[in-house]
Amino acid sequence: MAISIIVGSISLATVFLFGCVGEIITEKSGHLNLGIPGIMCSGTAGGCFGVATYMNTYNANPSWFVLVLFSVICSIVFAAIVGGIYAILTVSLRCNQNITGLAITTFGTGFTQFFIDNYVDKNYFDKASRLISQGISVSKLGWFGEIFLSYGILVYFAIALAVIVSIFLKKTRVGLHLRSIGENPATADAVGINVGLYKYVAILVGSGIAGLGGFFYIIDYIGGSWENASTIEALGWLSIALVIFTLWKPDLAILGSIIFACFYIIAFKITGVSFTVMAELKLLPYIVTIVVLILTSIFGGKSVQPPASLGLNYFREER
Amino acid sequence: MQDKYAIELKNVSKYFGSVAANKNINLSIKKQEILALLGENGSGKTTLMNMISGIYYPDEGQIFINGKEAVIRSPKDAFKYKIGMIHQHFKLVDTFTAAENIILGVKDGGYNEEKVKQNLTNFVNQKGYVIPFKSPINKLSLRQIKKCTKEIKEKYNEDLGLKTYPKSKKSVISRVNTLANRYGFNIDVKKKIYDMSVSEKQTVEIMKVLYRGADILILDEPTAVLTPQEITKLFDVLRKMKENGKSIIIITHKLNEVMEISDRVSILRKGEYIGTVDTKTTTEKELTEMMVGKKIDLKIQRVKTDIDKPLLEIRNLFVKKDDGTQAIDDVSFYIRGGEILGVAGVAGCGQKELCEAIAGLRPLSGLIMHKGESIVGLPAKEIINKGVSMSFIPEDRLGMGLCPSFSITDNILLKTYQDKKGVFVDRQTARQKAQDLIDRLEIVTPSTETPVRRLSGGNVQKVLVGREIEMAPNVIITAYPVRGLDINSSYAIYDILNEEKKKGTGILFIGEDLDVMLALCDKIMVLCHGKNMGIVHANKTTKEELGLMMTGSLNLVEEKKDKVFGLAKDSNLTEEQWEEEKIKAEEMEGNKNE
Repeated sequence: MAISIIVGSISLATVFLFGCVGEIITEKSGHLNLGIPGIMCSGTAGGCFGVATYMNTYNANPSWFVLVLFSVICSIVFAAIVGGIYAILTVSLRCNQNITGLAITTFGTGFTQFFIDNYVDKNYFDKASRLISQGISVSKLGWFGEIFLSYGILVYFAIALAVIVSIFLKKTRVGLHLRSIGENPATADAVGINVGLYKYVAILVGSGIAGLGGFFYIIDYIGGSWENASTIEALGWLSIALVIFTLWKPDLAILGSIIFACFYIIAFKITGVSFTVMAELKLLPYIVTIVVLILTSIFGGKSVQPPASLGLNYFREER
Repeated sequence: MQDKYAIELKNVSKYFGSVAANKNINLSIKKQEILALLGENGSGKTTLMNMISGIYYPDEGQIFINGKEAVIRSPKDAFKYKIGMIHQHFKLVDTFTAAENIILGVKDGGYNEEKVKQNLTNFVNQKGYVIPFKSPINKLSLRQIKKCTKEIKEKYNEDLGLKTYPKSKKSVISRVNTLANRYGFNIDVKKKIYDMSVSEKQTVEIMKVLYRGADILILDEPTAVLTPQEITKLFDVLRKMKENGKSIIIITHKLNEVMEISDRVSILRKGEYIGTVDTKTTTEKELTEMMVGKKIDLKIQRVKTDIDKPLLEIRNLFVKKDDGTQAIDDVSFYIRGGEILGVAGVAGCGQKELCEAIAGLRPLSGLIMHKGESIVGLPAKEIINKGVSMSFIPEDRLGMGLCPSFSITDNILLKTYQDKKGVFVDRQTARQKAQDLIDRLEIVTPSTETPVRRLSGGNVQKVLVGREIEMAPNVIITAYPVRGLDINSSYAIYDILNEEKKKGTGILFIGEDLDVMLALCDKIMVLCHGKNMGIVHANKTTKEELGLMMTGSLNLVEEKKDKVFGLAKDSNLTEEQWEEEKIKAEEMEGNKNE
């Protein structure tokens, strides 16, 4: 059972990880994107659209590589378009970020439901899911194979992405510029960094990555069924909580997402507990986030705080 | 002769809404010159400089740099013209190290485009090297030039001096250190900004600009938050920069600094250009008149009043700093009605903690008697009700006491709302009060409903001080009330204080400028590391004596043991009553510890 919990956690963690890394990139530019749940839904819509389009054409002999590539690109594009709406509203028109984000979430979930119900052919989801989520054959390697090698390509992609983003933020010049914008956009502007451009790119890229989380959930984690799609929004909110939990560090997010996922599924995996205890177990991720918030604000120095200008729009001539 | 001037502004104007921040400004800075820009608060100095550095874009007029017309649309453009600005409110990222701040936004450290292109031209002419691109050399992009230099290095093994962005931290540090040595800075590039003092932050700001190879430096009120020693150091640096061929514009209010550092002075008044004079041929008086537009008396009045009984008596006060160290160490003093007691000391000697302790914002041990009644342990609200008001002007003026996005009216309401009954706010009365304040203190604002953050620094301060006085207190504690203010506004504040003094109010004045304190205060108490160095009469002491006491080399309390410092002879309480209060306070403390 332990192995099944670990495997389940790592698999579900991928959803959180995509959402969390996407939100971290966005927040590093000083934009609190509460539209992430909606954007993850849009990513799902895009990915499913890609899968349906491809499978309808090549259902006899689908290529694994083309299927993954095409659906992932569709997912990223859809999510980025919805993220783009958020970017136009908050960066160019300087709308309130919280309200815009919530509107995007409402819009994204509704749009996705409508789009998939009406325009996506769900006949081949099963088959596509089996293709995308296939891991390496693990029967010979025992527990090692199950824990480390049994996942679909997107799981490894998410982990690699988290590592890359972490290095990007810490070590590269562009990463330094991005962080400076989240901390103090006026400073960044005064040294000649194109603040608006950075913000747009960060929001679009962040949204694209987050969108993959929703797509992964449908096509890989629950095996291509559309029944539990409303869960994506809840997972989206948890991804935003995870950003706080991991102190805005993508490398920590790998570990953090697994812990979150473990809390999330443990209620379903443990047998023989009462219904109330199960409900309490489901609360764990939220409680842990609150505890982390409390601990960092009591003991944390300045290095574990959110970007200083998070949630504030920037206008150069503002006094 | 054509490019004698580093920068020339011709008929530059900038409007914010219907307000003209700058109107038809003509200004010129010669090469290798320090130009002081002088003007009252809100006269448009900072706006003008922001236009040169690309933060604002002028609505009208032209800017010439080295004799050629320049279009500066963004800070990036400004760097292209080698203009660097050191802002009054530092533009630094707190959580970054000095090095990270310095290299922020720099793409190609040390790359001199013109020089490399010149070298490349020579190379083509002498060695017959053929450029693999069609466009002429001076139109090549950076990437194309990089390709050329790489090829030349491979084929001919010669370096054209194209240094790319320093990748390793080591090379950044060594470059910063070379610059620091040239101008005599001290800088630790690995230190985080939030661990730095104000002066260190300023060094990083200057470094940032120099690292980008700026030739024209603009400093916006660089001395406002520095100690006298730090100012001397800064001026040495500025002079060295001038020798190295840089042009410097410095904005300041302090006339003695203008006289000390500048070659020429340009004066703005209410957004208009008044004139430029040579520093050598002018006087402080003339400058003031040009700045204010009328003759003003540079002497501060010390009003004579009949002194009253002690209003506030403080004995054996101990206060701790945030980090647990002792901020105020066994200090006793008293303030009479109709008297201004100055508190002098270097930054961080405990003035802030003293203020906060009296106002009831900080735990303390010791006795504070207001008209013979103890106010120790009372909540801040009750202390205010007793008539003890505090106005503390922090380094960041908007930070404490005022709500930046609220109007003057609403800011007044903030402090008085508790006296009124009912659910709704009485805005009518507050608006009337706001109008009174504006008229009396000559606050420059479009209306009583303008958000405070839109006002210039001096006007914000007038609102803050004015609001405290509006409460009709009998004790005023004011810290740095003229911090960063121009002469006219400063005098307005001194006048307000003097008027209050005439009414019999006791005033505790924590100040920076010793000249002002000597002229304004009746008595001056000097603190050094939280210890009382002695209380002297302002008309019987000298600046030198105060200076010695501030650094702790002269301790009157230790030296004159026979004289009692800080205990009033005509105290409201008898010595027996003091003893009783002491025992009471000790008991209270004992209870707390249990």
